[in-house]
Amino acid sequence: MSPRKTLATARRVLQQLSHDHRTLALILLVPSVLLIIFKYAFQGEQTVFDQLAPMILGIFPLVIMFIVTSIATLRERTVGTLDRLLTMPIAKLDFLLGYALAFAILALAQASLASFVLLGLLNVSVAGGAGPVLICAILSGLLGMSLGLFMSAFASSEFQAVQFMPAVIFPQLLTCGLFVARDQMAKLLQWFANIMPLTYSVDALKQVTAHADWTATLTRDLAVVAGYTVAALIFGALTIRRRE
Amino acid sequence: MTNARPPAVEIKRLAVVVSGGFTALEDITVNLPAGQITGFIGPSGAGKTTLIRAIVGRQRIARGRLTVLGQPAGSAKLRSRISYMTQAVSMYADLTTRQNLRYFAAMAGLTRPQLNDRVEAVLDIVGLKNQARQLAGTLSGGQKQRVSLAIALIGQPKLLVLDEPTVGLDPVLREDIWALFHRLSNAGATLIVSSHVMEEAARCDDLVLIRNGRLLAHDTPEALCRNNHAATVEQAFLKLVEEAK
Repeated sequence: MSPRKTLATARRVLQQLSHDHRTLALILLVPSVLLIIFKYAFQGEQTVFDQLAPMILGIFPLVIMFIVTSIATLRERTVGTLDRLLTMPIAKLDFLLGYALAFAILALAQASLASFVLLGLLNVSVAGGAGPVLICAILSGLLGMSLGLFMSAFASSEFQAVQFMPAVIFPQLLTCGLFVARDQMAKLLQWFANIMPLTYSVDALKQVTAHADWTATLTRDLAVVAGYTVAALIFGALTIRRRE
Repeated sequence: MTNARPPAVEIKRLAVVVSGGFTALEDITVNLPAGQITGFIGPSGAGKTTLIRAIVGRQRIARGRLTVLGQPAGSAKLRSRISYMTQAVSMYADLTTRQNLRYFAAMAGLTRPQLNDRVEAVLDIVGLKNQARQLAGTLSGGQKQRVSLAIALIGQPKLLVLDEPTVGLDPVLREDIWALFHRLSNAGATLIVSSHVMEEAARCDDLVLIRNGRLLAHDTPEALCRNNHAATVEQAFLKLVEEAK
């Protein structure tokens, strides 16, 4: 492993995005715009919006990073660039951590903007403050990144890769507690929600919204999210084989 | 001229089974000379790309032995000594030509200031100085092909494995690229170049003819023609196919 090659890879991924203004704009702006739409959709129910809006920051960064990363790495696999890289003197970790670092920077920018919109423009009060909101949103973006990296191994076309988003993310979205309180769901779905990472990403933001202090539950939630991120990266590394 | 150097690639009774259980290569035994240009010639689907992928270590081998520059194919030590140009042009379409080269140079282990010099030198070699700031995805087919080749040159490898490097190039450009290949081999590098265009075969020092996953012949272009009473490599190839039936 070489930090220089990891950095060069992160730089390269960011350079690619810097030439693709539309994708960059979509990544940075979509969560913020959706928050604003949400605000006016819940016009008459301010309290409901105040409760739900922060949770959105646990979901959208994940969804967007998932799509972007799965397509980017799928391309890398199909175009032949990964083929070449795997015959070169680099470690698979250089490649994976390079991606992780590039998208972490992107997640930071995306989450900062969305947090600013949420707390500054829409005046949603979050007991825990801006710092923890930002941390939750970034970790959610990173989780999406590593899940996308992992899932891209199972797609042989971009058609399939985009379908993984509804297939992998929607079930988690429906059961994460955003639409229905988790303890009111069927037992089976509660068990499902308990093992799914998005549940914890959303729950972390619930904690930050409700508590001024950093709670033990928040620590647990973020640890689960980070754990899933690392696990998906490791499994992602296993799907990249030097020899086929 | 006698070749005192040990073979660059030693292949003994090699068999490769690709996914789906299809035997892509069977019983290939051949030694490829160092410091020369060896052509892998054969119709598409013959197994050229599979053999190339086995040599660069991307393809698992089922049976036999495959030694590259004295090491088993695919060993980590080889990664800084060989380069691989894939059949499809492979580069980042959303990076400029120079950014592509800089990235692969960094991956090859180059550091500044050598990295800068090497990138500019390679841009010059493949004649893409004027396209250095252009996005690779917007280049013409021939220019993309040259970016892909430039990436294979960047680390100054001892062994270059090039899968159909001149496909789709115009005659002038093809001439330039072959002159470059000969300069590289004169400087001591070993080249493996696959092609399904028979007329390119005559430009190689050494030919490996492959058909249906089996070795049809291994000789110099001149000897192949002479031994088969043929005027061109193409005729020799057709004769050998006829005899093999």
